[in-house]
Amino acid sequence: MKKILVSLCLLCITISIHAQEYFPKNDGVKTSNTNYTVFKNATIHTSPTTTIANGTLIIQQGKITAVGTTVSIPPNSTIIDLKGKHIYASFIDLYTSFGITLPKNKFSNPYGGNPQYHASREGYYWNDHIRPETDALTDFKYNTKKADALIKEGFGVVNTHVPDGIARGTGLLVALNNKGTRGDRLISEQSGQFFSFTKSSKSKQLYPTSLMGSIALLRQMHYDADWYAQGNASTKDLSLEALNAHKKLPQFFEAGSRIDGFRADKIGDEFGIQYTIIGGGDEYARMEQVVATNATYILPIHFPAAYDMTDPYMANLVSLADMRHWNQAPSNPATLAKKNVAFALTTHQLKKVSDFTTHLKKAIRYGLSTADALAALTTIPAKILKKEALLGRLQKGAYANFLITSDELFKEGTILYENWVQGHKNSIHELDQTAINGTYDLTIGDTTYQLSITGKPTKPVATIKLGDTTIGNTLSYKNDWVSMILRDPDTTKTTYTRIVTSIADNAKNWKGTATLSDGSTTGFTATFKKGNDTKKQEEKEKKQTVVYPVTYPNIAYGTTQLPTATHTLFKNATVWTNESSGILEAMDVRVKAGKIVEIGKNLATSNATVIDATGKHLTAGIIDEHSHIAAAAINEAGHNSSAEVTIEDVITPDDINIYRNLAGGVTSIQILHGSANPIGGRSAILKLKWGESADQLLYPNSPKFIKFALGENVKQSNWPSYSRFPQSRMGVEQVYVDYFTRAQAYEKLKKSGKPYRKDTEMETLVEVLNNERYISCHSYVQSEINMLMKLTERFGFRVNTFTHILEGYKVADKMAAHGVGGSTFSDWWAYKYEVNDAIPYNAAIMHRQGVTVAINSDDNEMARRLNQEAAKSVKYGNISEEEAWKFVTLNPAKLLHIDDRVGSIKEGKDADLVLWSTHPLSIYAKAEKTMIDGAIYFDIVKDKAARKAIQKEKNELIQLMIQDKNKGLKTQTPKKKEKQHFHCDTVESIH
Amino acid sequence: MKKRNSIYSILVLFCCLYLNAQQTPAPNQTTAITITGATAHIGDGSIIANSVLIFENGKITTIASADATITPKGTHIDATGKHIYPGFIAPNTTLGLVEIEAVRATDDDSEIGMYNPHIRSIIAYNTESKIVESMRPNGVLIAQITPRGGRISGTSSIVQLDAWNWEDAALRIDDGIHINWPSPFKQGHWWMGEAPGFTPNKEYSKQVTALKEYITQAKASIASKKDPKHIPHMAMKGLFDQSQTLFIQVASEKAIVDVVSFVKENTFQKVVLIGAYEGYKVADLLQKNHIAVLTDRTHSTPFNEDDDYDQPYKNAKLLVEAGVLVGLQNSGQMERANTRNLPFQAGTVAAQGMDTEKALQLITGNNAKILGIDNLTGTLAVGKDATLFISIGDALDMRTNQLEHAFIQGRAISLKSHQTKLWKRYAKKYTQHTGTPKQ
Repeated sequence: MKKILVSLCLLCITISIHAQEYFPKNDGVKTSNTNYTVFKNATIHTSPTTTIANGTLIIQQGKITAVGTTVSIPPNSTIIDLKGKHIYASFIDLYTSFGITLPKNKFSNPYGGNPQYHASREGYYWNDHIRPETDALTDFKYNTKKADALIKEGFGVVNTHVPDGIARGTGLLVALNNKGTRGDRLISEQSGQFFSFTKSSKSKQLYPTSLMGSIALLRQMHYDADWYAQGNASTKDLSLEALNAHKKLPQFFEAGSRIDGFRADKIGDEFGIQYTIIGGGDEYARMEQVVATNATYILPIHFPAAYDMTDPYMANLVSLADMRHWNQAPSNPATLAKKNVAFALTTHQLKKVSDFTTHLKKAIRYGLSTADALAALTTIPAKILKKEALLGRLQKGAYANFLITSDELFKEGTILYENWVQGHKNSIHELDQTAINGTYDLTIGDTTYQLSITGKPTKPVATIKLGDTTIGNTLSYKNDWVSMILRDPDTTKTTYTRIVTSIADNAKNWKGTATLSDGSTTGFTATFKKGNDTKKQEEKEKKQTVVYPVTYPNIAYGTTQLPTATHTLFKNATVWTNESSGILEAMDVRVKAGKIVEIGKNLATSNATVIDATGKHLTAGIIDEHSHIAAAAINEAGHNSSAEVTIEDVITPDDINIYRNLAGGVTSIQILHGSANPIGGRSAILKLKWGESADQLLYPNSPKFIKFALGENVKQSNWPSYSRFPQSRMGVEQVYVDYFTRAQAYEKLKKSGKPYRKDTEMETLVEVLNNERYISCHSYVQSEINMLMKLTERFGFRVNTFTHILEGYKVADKMAAHGVGGSTFSDWWAYKYEVNDAIPYNAAIMHRQGVTVAINSDDNEMARRLNQEAAKSVKYGNISEEEAWKFVTLNPAKLLHIDDRVGSIKEGKDADLVLWSTHPLSIYAKAEKTMIDGAIYFDIVKDKAARKAIQKEKNELIQLMIQDKNKGLKTQTPKKKEKQHFHCDTVESIH
Repeated sequence: MKKRNSIYSILVLFCCLYLNAQQTPAPNQTTAITITGATAHIGDGSIIANSVLIFENGKITTIASADATITPKGTHIDATGKHIYPGFIAPNTTLGLVEIEAVRATDDDSEIGMYNPHIRSIIAYNTESKIVESMRPNGVLIAQITPRGGRISGTSSIVQLDAWNWEDAALRIDDGIHINWPSPFKQGHWWMGEAPGFTPNKEYSKQVTALKEYITQAKASIASKKDPKHIPHMAMKGLFDQSQTLFIQVASEKAIVDVVSFVKENTFQKVVLIGAYEGYKVADLLQKNHIAVLTDRTHSTPFNEDDDYDQPYKNAKLLVEAGVLVGLQNSGQMERANTRNLPFQAGTVAAQGMDTEKALQLITGNNAKILGIDNLTGTLAVGKDATLFISIGDALDMRTNQLEHAFIQGRAISLKSHQTKLWKRYAKKYTQHTGTPKQ
């Protein structure tokens, strides 16, 4: 085995020699340098965990030939004595766009004018944002200036790619060898395949317009690649060919945030790919999920600067979440390390590469061990790249990429002298320059001054005192020469004394010449007294690393511990059962293990937590059939059908609207896709378990839903877009005819056993055809409502729910006959032409005709008051209070096919309950406790306490930020980050 | 017998009205009307539990407890167990200026240009709007019609909501000038590639200075004796002789503090802030300077993620507790149609622990004071317009806000609308279909 390795090494060397040898040479004689360079007496850190004291490192022709304590030194060697110094492998940055220039596209509103629906290219994938054929090498141009910046921070090798598009093609691995040729530097021309969720700036093709569209597109791309690989396609697709060809390379996914990392990982899981995830630096807040990805991360360390809080009015803009992120972000690498999540570190996202060391040291102050930091920059990236023999360790056969430092690498005050890349020296600080920090007695002529030198050893600063007087001065120190200018102690004079000396021989006792202000010269001495106390400084810095605890979710009103289901007894409540027993006075309700277990009078306490509900009303939780909160995207507007997308992919569990909904008594919601297209996307049905992860919010075995839409939005009437079919209600029908006809054909082919191209859009529509997926259709006017009922009947299925359905009252009899429910607004109208005939009596009329009626919100604000919206049915149309209450509880549960679990107070059902201060339909009612699955997620008393805690924490964080500013650290302008508030006609700003 | 007669006459009165597409304005009051037995919600924070209310020739002539011996006059309405309220007043609306927002041809609420004090809403106010008539069944009987946009949006007027023409509708023409105060924060425009959040507005001081200079120039123009007069400047004359109110849309604490200095510098006497989301933080300052506030609609979401979830619900209460004169208004998304929910917005404030009569005052007595029409209306008081209604129950609660009669200046107005007509028509459709109505 050893022999093979040796011969392999030899082979390598011969190849590299040959590489030069076959080039003709006409400007001199043809020789090659085969001498060795030997570094001896150094502390050699061969890996993050192994160190050789007094070791020797030998390099030749860009590679390490030997490393150890007892290595024989070849005669043709140059020897460098590194006594007291350290050698480390130089760093690898896995995620850069080094040497790549991107076209600078000015941002333009993708919805302005008539958007481009089709791909711009031929012979490639149907979507321009899928560009796996991109070869970064084609665009690559080595940039010496940028290389220098990276070298200064200790990097020897960078991985680079074209950061453009959803599938971005292959990257390359380059040594930062300024003296080498392109051929020398190129370690791998295909170092990995790169992906992201963001679109290419090279094309204006509209699809995808949303994050969920990007996710669906990635899935379809993989299905298509498999189909293509099997030889089923009739035309060439260079994109898919490239994607398939690069399957075995390391796969990198730029997520850019914790949650997008989870989303990327999920796609990977579906297709058997383990992505290396480029994170967002906010992973620390949900470590259990980070661990569950099993992914290796590449972490940016762009820790935010403190916000400038000096103006309290402006300070108001910054949320607790953003303040906390400032405080917590530096602990991100340490937190991952503690949970044994492998990660590399990158300069990606830093404003300046030169900030890297400062930020890295901050991460170390916040608990990252130096071994983990080093591994994240050397061995782990090498492992991800599958280049462990060549990179990341100081071992025989590896590239001679190493750092020479004055002391342990990440220690405060350590100087990085040299960064060798492929055997070429890059000098950063003079190797032999002695540090002169400390205090001295400086004697010029007869006068003795107190001299104190502080600051970076490579950039010292002097403070000179004569008694209590501080003497103005400038100090320069270069190539062992110290020179200083001292101002006259008499500050009314502007005269100077100059001193200069070489300290090469004796750094502790300086002797030289001083030129006085009158031009005469005299001798001077400076005698070293003691070094600076650096420990104190370090300890001081460490003390300040107070990290505030993470909450669930990690924003205002989050809790340090998630609530749990307990045995609870509501005593003496007015109970709105929504069952045949109606509204019961003075009843007790027992909740155990998340379920309603007993309803009765005077129930025994039996160790339950008792909630006195005297004078209060207990109801089933409110269910909002039409919500757009807690999602990162609502509309995929890029095509007239987007059945392939699902809101389940883009749940955002840290949306404050979840909490506010709970405070309005809402326990379950359906997040519907928007109304940008006749066939929208799939829904997500959630329980509003504030603090839980996206997956935990979803209903287990959730009924499947899809949003359809009719009318003005799908025909794009209210904005200037004239190029997309359909432009009229007539066209809308034909969109459905087209898609369902194709879905029938698709299913037929699929069932036939013949090869078929898996199409997520068609798969979804086949589910609809087979009544396995329900339609909730945005609708306004009676003509289109009837059209869809007749059309679906023709295709053998039925519409489950018409949502909005503002003219439902005109065709309520037909709706009842079809068996479709209506989920409507209580009283919205007049905002566009198709709601001109909308009336608040709609719910009442539909209900009386036998339609299952729900009142929904489509609005993050109204959702907080759905009890009041239900109460309007009492005013408009005289619905009984008991029935009106069902409009926001049991009826939406029925429409969502979850009425076997929620929607009424019945033994065996989920304990999703709300305790109201008074009659729940009254304008004066307040939700006091909101319970989901037996755990209380909103409590009006705890809310009061949370408000105080938020003020306290914000104030403390503001104080810390002001301290940062006073220390002279960088600050940033206060900002308020804003999520868009979605309605169903919101076209989001993502991409 | 007498009672039955009077009910008939009321019915006859109503029946005459249902002829046209829009509701026909009611004729002037000719006979006195007496309402007895109702709980009268005066609109100043007080109630009369068992009341007698008489109005003649459009004016209230008696409002008293039934304990006093008062002879009923004219038509008698027995409202025992029911409630009488002064007509609700909706300030800062665009009612009648826009019919269907998405249809540009129906939009008449804003002009181009930054400084438009001369733009007058009243002449564009459409009395025939289907939205306007839909206010009345909920008790909203008076509105301020306000232009939108620009730094100075223009001049508003106040109307009652049952009239043939804007001229007939007007209660107070050109009552106020509306300023949109510059925001200290700038919101990013996503369609321009900016992050959608807020950052400090670097132009803020410049914008405030520009506004102040405009006011200074206007003052100079008004003092000038030379012709031709500066039309926009002259439109602001009333601000300086106290015949007009200055309405300033403003949200943040810093801007409010700046507005207060601006008001002091210019010695404006009648100033009302609209919105004032952070007004509660400087409530004392507002109280001391006699600046009134029309709060943001209570039915809105908190501005900041960290804010109390009920901040918009309770803002009015916090300001009232500090002694500020407070009313409610409903500008914002879909503001016209939703203006009919003004009573429930007041109810929401009451849910925060404010006395219900005090909450009612926010949309009656206080709004009248703020709009400078309290001499005419806003409370049930002798000498004021008989603009009032009878509801079967608590009008601040959706379930019981059910109007039986409504009067504007003594005229018995129709409570029907485009919407109630469609309701009746389609309820009837199903009886035609099935032969028997489903209940």
